[in-house]
Amino acid sequence: MKRIGLKTAILAILASTVSAISSWAGESAAVRNCTWCHGAGAQGYTVAPRLAGQRPEYIMSQIRSFREHARNNPFSKQYMWNAVAALDPYTARDLASYFASLPPKPANDGDSALASRGRTIYLEGIPEANIVSCYACHGPNAEGVRDIPRLGGLSYSYLKGRLEQWGQGYHSTPGSPMPMVATHLGPEEIEALTSYLSFVR
Amino acid sequence: MAAAGSVEADARGDRRGGPVVKATGLRLALQTAVLMLAFSVSGQAQEAMAPAKGGLEAKLEYCKTCHGLSGQGYLGYFPMPRLAGQQPEYIEAQLRAFIERRRTNPIMFNVAHVLSPSMVTALANHFRNLNPPPFGGAPRGAIAAGKKIYEEGLPESNVPACSACHGAEGKGQNEIPRLAGQVYPYMVGQLTGWKQQRGHGTAVDTSAVMAPTAHNLSRSQVEAVAAYVSYLK
Repeated sequence: MKRIGLKTAILAILASTVSAISSWAGESAAVRNCTWCHGAGAQGYTVAPRLAGQRPEYIMSQIRSFREHARNNPFSKQYMWNAVAALDPYTARDLASYFASLPPKPANDGDSALASRGRTIYLEGIPEANIVSCYACHGPNAEGVRDIPRLGGLSYSYLKGRLEQWGQGYHSTPGSPMPMVATHLGPEEIEALTSYLSFVR
Repeated sequence: MAAAGSVEADARGDRRGGPVVKATGLRLALQTAVLMLAFSVSGQAQEAMAPAKGGLEAKLEYCKTCHGLSGQGYLGYFPMPRLAGQQPEYIEAQLRAFIERRRTNPIMFNVAHVLSPSMVTALANHFRNLNPPPFGGAPRGAIAAGKKIYEEGLPESNVPACSACHGAEGKGQNEIPRLAGQVYPYMVGQLTGWKQQRGHGTAVDTSAVMAPTAHNLSRSQVEAVAAYVSYLK
């Protein structure tokens, strides 16, 4: 009972925040279905990543990957496969451009002591260990481009999970170089990188 | 050519500690040995990544992460050039140019400075033998204009025919790069930004030819040539 009350309260807060930003989205049940897990203002919540400020082409490509069951980690299977099953392409496009237009806030949940090490790996990679520079594809400020995602400010725990899952053989977008990138990353590098990224604005 | 030869000579010198004899046969044997070693290591790589880290196979994966899974090029935040079918001497010369800062690129400086001469040779030979289809995606409107510039140059603007050096099919030779199938935004970026990125070595490398040539091309002429070569196979 108490839980239902809490959820209703969250929903009410969500609906009012969202409607202030966009009248289309404020009325949209489709947006509410997303923000229920992805957090108020789509800033992300625990395992559900921030969608605010994400590249619209990336959001659309991931919706496609969920629909085609290409992105197959446990939470994707459990939540996202069903969540996108009935989503038509037009609604998917509208949702992607709506979430992309929301201002993103950094999660700031990494270990700040590791951030400078993480920044060095992000910019330079570790050529001796065949770890590539993240900067080459994700951009100088981790802002992403086209269907390459913005990483700056995503939560430490989400990023860490994704990097670990590629190393464990889960997939995302067909043809993505990320599984190859991740196999060369050790736990220490993942900790440093994801800590750094969580603070990027 | 001379410089590329000296890198090979260094690599051989390191291993043999003596003068260079029967260069071709030895080089082939050495490459075969390196390749066999790499493959035998990669067989165990599934279980533990550590032994493969110094190997050719792991380094190739590293290159292909950015340059495309078949070396066909890739569009990251920056366009990554096609390496498939590229002239080995060109790859070696450019890796040296990154290290010596004749070609400005912080990412490739880091990549290049840890590569041993024998690794560079092995990587370059691997990419030479790849032949994936062109990356594609260039606008098609100016292809005919690009072909004309490529084959005839622009005499009124002091632009020689590209084909004179890069070959009628754009395959390049020695230190002159293959352009066939090159990624369109990469080509446009190089030709429009030549002076800033590659204009520091005009006294010692092929930039002496390309710096003025690139300078004499207008933006639309650059786009036309880039579109034309990007579809060559």
